[in-house]
Amino acid sequence: MSGNVADSAISPTSPTQTIPADLSGQMLELDEDDDLEVFSKDTTNTDGGSFNASMQTSPGSMINQYKFDEEDEEQEPGAKDIFITVDDPESHVTTIETFITYRVLTKTTRGEFDSSEYEVRRRYQDFLWLRGRLEEAHPTLIVHPLPEKFVMKGMVERFNDDFIETRRRALHRFLDRVADHPILSCNEDFRVFLSAQAWELTSHKKQGPGFLTRMGETVRAVAASVRGVKNRPEEFNSIQEYVEAFSQKMTSLDRITQRITKEEKEYLEELKEYAPTYTLWSGSEEELAEPLKGMANSLDRCYQETEEQGRQLSDCLAPALHEYVLCSETLKAVLRRRDNIQAELEAKNEALATKRADRDAEPRERGVVWQSLLGKNPEEARQLKQQRLAGEIDELKEEIDKMEDRVEWANNALKGDWGRWQRSMRSDLKEAFLSTAQKNVDYYEKCLAVWESFLLSMRAEVSEVDQRAGDS
Amino acid sequence: MADAEREDAAETDTPNASDTQEKNTNITMAEDGSTLLKRMEITVAEAEKRTGKKAVNMQETYTVYLLETRPSAAVNEGQSVAPDALWRRYSEFELLRNYLLVTYPFIVVPPLPEKRAEFVWHKLSADNMDPDFVERRRVGLENFLLRVASHPVMSSDGIFYHFLTQERGWKEVVYETGFQAKAESRLRALNATFRVKNPDKRFMEMKHYSDELQSITSQLLRARARVADRLYGVYKVHGNYGRVFSEWSAIEKEMGDGLQSAGHHMDAYAASIDDILEEEEHYADQIKEYLFFSEALRAVCRKHELSQYELETESLDLASKKQQRDELATGTMRTFSFKGMTTKLFGQETADQREARLKLLEEQIVEGEETVREKTTECEEHVCSGWVDIQRFKEQKDRDLREAFINYAFMQMSMCRKGIQMWTNAKECFSKM
Repeated sequence: MSGNVADSAISPTSPTQTIPADLSGQMLELDEDDDLEVFSKDTTNTDGGSFNASMQTSPGSMINQYKFDEEDEEQEPGAKDIFITVDDPESHVTTIETFITYRVLTKTTRGEFDSSEYEVRRRYQDFLWLRGRLEEAHPTLIVHPLPEKFVMKGMVERFNDDFIETRRRALHRFLDRVADHPILSCNEDFRVFLSAQAWELTSHKKQGPGFLTRMGETVRAVAASVRGVKNRPEEFNSIQEYVEAFSQKMTSLDRITQRITKEEKEYLEELKEYAPTYTLWSGSEEELAEPLKGMANSLDRCYQETEEQGRQLSDCLAPALHEYVLCSETLKAVLRRRDNIQAELEAKNEALATKRADRDAEPRERGVVWQSLLGKNPEEARQLKQQRLAGEIDELKEEIDKMEDRVEWANNALKGDWGRWQRSMRSDLKEAFLSTAQKNVDYYEKCLAVWESFLLSMRAEVSEVDQRAGDS
Repeated sequence: MADAEREDAAETDTPNASDTQEKNTNITMAEDGSTLLKRMEITVAEAEKRTGKKAVNMQETYTVYLLETRPSAAVNEGQSVAPDALWRRYSEFELLRNYLLVTYPFIVVPPLPEKRAEFVWHKLSADNMDPDFVERRRVGLENFLLRVASHPVMSSDGIFYHFLTQERGWKEVVYETGFQAKAESRLRALNATFRVKNPDKRFMEMKHYSDELQSITSQLLRARARVADRLYGVYKVHGNYGRVFSEWSAIEKEMGDGLQSAGHHMDAYAASIDDILEEEEHYADQIKEYLFFSEALRAVCRKHELSQYELETESLDLASKKQQRDELATGTMRTFSFKGMTTKLFGQETADQREARLKLLEEQIVEGEETVREKTTECEEHVCSGWVDIQRFKEQKDRDLREAFINYAFMQMSMCRKGIQMWTNAKECFSKM
């Protein structure tokens, strides 16, 4: 983490009201940070809610916060200070529903946690809640996706073992990603998620912003998104293009991988019928009995190897690809939200321009006549109007100031996280493809060994036969 | 298809005996006489399409095969002698085989390659004109000729020699042998049901075995074809990775090169299955040959049954006639005879009539005894030679199939090696991502 970032971010007056990039030195201060909690409570819905008043520091320092250098993410192995596992799925049956909880185990040395170990049980809904909160708090950061609620194709039951296992792994990955993220991992809701007991979590969840506030934000957000952004900066355009293309490719790769799994399953089914024909045949033969059994045996072993190879595909590559399909959707949402924030600013600027034009305009005939009809002095009327406009203009200017900060902050957040996301995408997918390729190499090597040993046994048989012939 | 002699022959496609460490040094050809194959090199070198007139102004397209022969002595001495060559159609091969079946009923006659493609899997063509099918058939026809030419008995057959050396007029010569008449009765006999009282146990067991062999090899071939079909699918879908990696690489900066080259390897992997499965077809052909062989084996067993049945029938007939004569001589009538019946109904016959009848019976008995003697000898000979050939066949089968399984293992290993190489290459590309 770059040193200058931390320094400039922490101003003497509000030591904890910024989110410093470098956490390690700031642990203790965050401990007493109620504002952080306030901050996360104040932000409303995901699509461009109100700008939080506590973000008072200058745009300059905030820009710096989100400049992640390459080295930022490469901590020394010992530097990881929080370890999370997700395991032990358990089924719970109530009168209304049945659901699964997972054990979430946290080991940490971070100061904001009261203890160094936590064991809690969480259900999928709780994860959904957490992710929602994180997105609300940081609309233009890239929050890792959760596994899907339902899997329609293949008619996978919600409580099928494979499904639960796949989900468990994805949930684990989600928490790991949040824990790795320099900003998201400091989020109070995240801490509560990891540490609170069930009832504590329930009551904490209820402390969200009120319904009406949410409604107002939603309306504004919808209005902004309908309007659309007019002058999107070029770099976000290119990110947008990339995301569209990337999304398509991931979807294709996901589909292809699933298709391969399906074809392999069918191959295995046929192989299962094929191998026993050799065993059957060996029953009718004398000299050929051993070679035939050898064939059957070899085919059987190849069957097992193929099964295992298939598991790698469905346990490792497919989930990784699928996750990045979901990531693409996340990216699109983040870009949309950024656009909406900018759109709101643009709207306000337009409103300001209109009001200014109004103020500077020549008094209109009709307006004066109307005022005189109402018994007002035209000169007085005009002055009143100017006063009103001036007030409105000032208000708007203030709002625009805040909005500009917000836009800049949002842009920087996204830019910073974008680089970070690209790196982890590259590393994740590279890893997934590498291990798949390795598994395939292993598979073929094992099968090669199977047939080599068959050949050896055939040779051994020949010399045996010769021996017997020699003896007789 | 394993005679070491075959290494002299030019076109062989089977992943071949020269690769295997264990060469078959014991070739069970009854090697006193020299079989034709020792004196002559035979190949089916090419295939060509022809069109010709069938009856009634209809055109047909058919394939002809170039049959080349060359005296081995000349080749061995290093003389470059041009081979004699002639063209034959599949139907002529069929005619030859039918002739051999009829003429040598106690030999397990080698089968021809299939007339139509069976056990076809999805990509494989069922079309008789498909070049891969024609090629495999060419190999099969050559194999057939080599087997006949190396057979201790069949290799000295004149019609066979004629087939190899004289293009025109061969058909007429074959028909002149009159084998067709026998062919029909043979077919009828093979399909007839009759009960044999004292069959040779060994032949019965062999017949049972031939049924099992037929059933199991068809099951195996069907299952193998389905497996091949599925494997084809698995490999081919990987080709899509190639396409998408290529497209994806276009939008990536650092990952672009790695992805692009990995994509190429995926394409290569997907393409590799074509050769792999084409090679495996040769293994399937080897098994198929023994599927068809099982029919020939069964025919020999049935022929023995038929002979035995005929012998038993003759013997029974003889015994019955003897009994009739005895009764006639002594005046008792225990056996049923039509004459006896009519005598009872219409009155006694005269002494002269009885005399006449007795004489006839005696003649018939003498004839019958002769027939039974002949048939017995025939049967014993056939049992002998048949059993000898069955033994020969058995040893050939054990050898050939062993080699086929070894070749199969080599094929699988080659496929594995290719897979290892492709995925290692892909791994390298991924690591550059």
